This record gives sequence, structure tokens and C-alpha cells, in this order.
Amino acid sequence: MIASFTSSRGRSAWVVLLAFGILAIAIGAMLFLGGYSPQAAATALWHGSLGSWYSITSATLVRAVPLMLTGCAVAVAFRGGVFNIGAEGQLLVGAAAAAATALSLPSGGAFTICVALVAGALAGGAWAAIAALLRARFGVLEVISTIMLNFVALHGVSYLVRGSLQEPTRIYPQSSTIADALQLPRFPGAGRLHVGLILALILLAACGWIFRFTASGFRLQSVGQSPSAAATAGLVDIRSVTVMAFLSSGALAGLAGAVEVLGVTYALYENISPGYGYTAIAVALLADLDPWRIVASATLFGALEAGGAAMQRDANIPSSFVSMIEALLLLAVVGTQTVRRRSRIDGIAESDGAVTAT
Amino acid sequence: MNDVLTPFLSATIRTATPLVLAALGEVLVERAGLINLGLEGAILAGAFGSLVGATAGGLVAGYLGAICGGVIVAAIFAVFVVWLKADQIITGTAITLLSAGATGTLYRAWYGASGAALRTPTSTPIAIPGLVHLPVIGPALFAQPLLTYVAYLLVPSLAWWLARTHTGLALRATGERPDAAETAGIRVVRVRIAAVLAGGVLGGLAGGTLVLAQAGTFAEGMSAGRGFIAVSIVVLGRWNPLGVAVASLVFGAASALQFAFQAMGWRAPYQLFLVMPYLLTLAGLAGVVGRARPPQSLGKPL
Repeated sequence: MIASFTSSRGRSAWVVLLAFGILAIAIGAMLFLGGYSPQAAATALWHGSLGSWYSITSATLVRAVPLMLTGCAVAVAFRGGVFNIGAEGQLLVGAAAAAATALSLPSGGAFTICVALVAGALAGGAWAAIAALLRARFGVLEVISTIMLNFVALHGVSYLVRGSLQEPTRIYPQSSTIADALQLPRFPGAGRLHVGLILALILLAACGWIFRFTASGFRLQSVGQSPSAAATAGLVDIRSVTVMAFLSSGALAGLAGAVEVLGVTYALYENISPGYGYTAIAVALLADLDPWRIVASATLFGALEAGGAAMQRDANIPSSFVSMIEALLLLAVVGTQTVRRRSRIDGIAESDGAVTAT
Repeated sequence: MNDVLTPFLSATIRTATPLVLAALGEVLVERAGLINLGLEGAILAGAFGSLVGATAGGLVAGYLGAICGGVIVAAIFAVFVVWLKADQIITGTAITLLSAGATGTLYRAWYGASGAALRTPTSTPIAIPGLVHLPVIGPALFAQPLLTYVAYLLVPSLAWWLARTHTGLALRATGERPDAAETAGIRVVRVRIAAVLAGGVLGGLAGGTLVLAQAGTFAEGMSAGRGFIAVSIVVLGRWNPLGVAVASLVFGAASALQFAFQAMGWRAPYQLFLVMPYLLTLAGLAGVVGRARPPQSLGKPL
């Protein structure tokens, strides 16, 4: 089942074209139904996402960073055969842990920032560990358990920002602002863009290398593609590989939350993520779960998110319009993946047939 | 005691109604061999459809709108999963996100960004003569909105239909051994599409009850995970309408505890009550899954 997401060869161009044609029609129809001007929408989308240096760095890339990390989280899980739909919850828990750590540590500096980041990653991993335990011990499908845990995390953050982590005046449902010395440094001349981008790129590169060149990467993917085959081939402890996939996926998503708190929002509040954890599924699948292509697809979705914010601001088009476009993109990807794979299998069958015939 | 128990039972039934409707629909879908996580999206679309219908043409139009909303979402799922053979889990997730985005966009476009206290007509409780006078349970069980009675009737009739009719058998065969079913002359693809659409009708009606029998208005994301909970309820109820009804009542009771505790003056963070259904789902699944047997071909593409 998972293998289908990684097969990318032999994609028939017309299917993809057709899918995107339908996608464009669907988007146009929604704009028409809502009574919005397509031209105003397109202009706002362009200006908000890629129209200027400021929008590229401060809007698009700033939003691409959490999508790279959560996209990587989804890729690790899916490659290992784990349907982690819980990146959103893991991100929230990571953000909460990083905020709590940063607010309670006395001194600033690089070391303390690292501690807060690690705290976020550990918390995300621990949150995913609940789903891992439920699957390994009780056979509960992670699809349901991770979705449930997303809701629990959301209400947990809601509780924290009105309870123990609330700012001292107790007026706003959010934490205090994290001290300057604990904020992730920004790139000079690049607006709000912070060094979290470097961290995301390094981790994506590391994952790409692990998937391709290491034994643990090979084990992960062999379990993901066929657990029974991996077990028959021996030397693979399926349970521990699966648990590792859960934990590393959760840690990456938790790190995304920590990076968001320390690099962008500087405080914990309820709506810290506009659904990055769900968008991450689209990011990862559009990239065929390939870390390097996640850089590109995360940037694309970051541009969409940024453009969506601008559409709301300038053209009065609700931000949910962009979540809809993202969902349509995801549908286009899963819808065509099977067709593309089928045409590939047909191609193999035909060439096999040709070999036997000759 | 009755002034605590009767409202508690009444609230249990009220919160269980949308869950049982949605879960019964999902029973049909899963018995046909598919998992539809887009149920959450169908409920949301049903809720929005009922708002559109009810503000335009009253209560009946509201319920028709709810059905339309659910069926549209289910039809998209059917196209992708049955026809394009796309992955069911990802398609269901994507459809839920799509429904959230589309209903949010249209809600703001048509009813204004502020959502200024939009009220729909609501279906008033109908008292069943005679039964309503039973002590304690009478006013709780037999003074409910129309769709609750629909749910009362659906549970035994679906259980009977699945177990005792030829078409019910065809549905079950499709979920257990689609290849054998096909050989026996059952149009597996048609059965699956019909099951998904029926699930959409019930999911949409579940959303309709949220608006027309409970809130009296629409809010973005108001389904709040009920579709995912309903999918879990199907597992907890072991793919059986009667079991599903019991599991829904347990969830209804857990949510209704909130009102009971408030009535008794017991204080706790309100988030604790909000997370209760999700925690209960996890605990329930952990307790039940190993012993429940899903339809053999569940989740597998044809």
C-alpha cells in the first residue's frame, strides 16, 4: 500500500495534466460560487507569495520551514509503513514543550536554544510513542489513534495557555514572549526568515542520505513495503523498526513546533499551526516521499499558505480557500498516483511479454 | 434524583444521535470493504448543507441539504477510491480537509465573515404519546427530535437487513471476499459505490442533526472529530449495528457527564470534558481491537 507512494517512474503526462485541469476548474468554480474575482485572487496570491523579496523570504520560506520538517516527518513514517496522520498534534506538543523550556530556563545562548529544540523533539517523539505503543501492544490502527491524539494535543495547548503557561497579566490565552536571547537568529537582510531553514535542510539531507545509503534506512523501507518479506528475509525486527519510525517521525514534527515557537511566534498560543501537520501529508506525497523533493514541495505549499494569507488580507478571500486548494492538490496526487503506477505496471508487463515472445 | 438522571439520559441520547447515524453509515461502508475517513468531511458538509437548506426553505429543506452535502462528499470519495483505486486512508483524509476548506470558504462568502448569530429553524422534540410518561426514561428517550427516532428505527432494521436479506448478504460478501462475490454475480463495484453513497446520506444527516436539532447554527469545523470517532465506534461496535448503537450511547453518556457534573456543582477544567471522547476512543480501541474481527477485505483495493 505504501509502496505506491514512492513509485514515480512512468508517470503518464496526460493523467497529470487532466488532474491539474480538473483542479483548475474546481478552483475557478469555488471562486465563482463564492463571488470572488479570480483576477484579484491571483494578484494577491502572487504578491503575497513570490512577488517580492520580502514575500519570498518572510512569507513563503518562513511557512516552508515547518512544512519541510513535518513533511519529512510524514515521509519517514510513510516509508516505514506507519500512517502517521498525527504530525499536527506532535507539532503542537513540541511547540508547547519548547515554549515551556525556553520560558523556564534562566540564561540565553546557543546551548539553551538547543535544549529547547531538543525538548520539542523529545515531546513530539513521546506523543508519537503513545500511538506506537497502542499499535505495538494493542493493535490499534495508528490512523485513528494519531487523529485522536491531535485533538487531545489541541485541547492540551488550550489548557496550558489558560493555565500554567499563561502570560502573567492573565488576559490573553497565550504564553509570555520568549526572551530575545532564546529566539532563533534571523538571516540578515532576509526579513523574518530564521536559521530554522538551515536546520530543516540539514535534516532533510540527512534523511535522504539515510534512506539511500544506510542499513537502517533500508530496513525502514523494506518493512514499509512488505513487513512479511522483511521478516522472511531475516535480520529485521519489524516491531522495533516500526517503533523507530513512529519515534523519529514524531520527533521531527515536534521539532517543527519547537522551531516555529523559537523562530516565528516567540510565544505559545492555540492557533500556532494553521494545519501544518495535515498539509505535511500533501507535501510529502507530492514529493513522492523523497526528502530532496520535499524542499520543493514544501516551498510550493509555503507559497500557497503565504498567498492565502495575502488573499485574505487584500482580496477578502477566506484563508480556508487555500486549505481547500491544498486538499485538492493532495487529491490530485493520490488520484493520479494509482493511475500512474498502473500504467507503469502495464508497461513492465508489456516489456516482459515482449521478452518472452522473442 | 430524577432531575439529574432524566436530563443526563436525555443529553446522552442527544449527543449519541449524530454519532449513531454516522457510525451506521460507516458500518455499511466498512461491511462493503472500504474505510471512509472522509466521514468527518461528510458530517461537516451535511452540517453546512443543512444551514443552506434551512435558511432558504425551512426545516425539510435543511434535512435535504444535509443529505446533499453528505452525498457530494461521499461521491468524491467513491470516484477516487472505487474508480481511481486511490489509497483509502489518504483520500479520506484529503476529503475531510477539502470539506473543511470548502464549507469554510462558502460559509464566509455567503453568510459573512463575522458569522453574525445566524439562526436556523430547529426541529423541536416530538413527544411519543404514552411512552413519554414512563418514569425517568420516558421524557429522556421519547421526547426527542425526529432524527433520533429515525436512528431508533435504523438500528434494528439495518441489523436485520445485513443479517437476513439477500442484498445484505451481497454487501457483506463484497467486504469479505470481493472476488468470490464477483464470481457469484454480485456487481462488487456497484455495491461499494452504493454503500459509500448510503454512508454519505447518513453522515450528512448526522451533520444535519448537529445544526437543526442541536446548535441551531453552523460553525466552521463544528463536526469536531465526530466522523473519526464514528469510525472508531464502528470498530468498538464490531461492525454490527446493535454494537454500534451501544458504543454510541457510551460516548453520548461520556459527553453528557459534563452536564451532570455541572448540575452537581463539580468543577474541573473544561478541556478535560472536551478531550474525554478522544481519550475514551483510545482506551476503547485498546481494549477491543485484538478481539474484534474486521471484514476480511477491509481497506484493500479491488
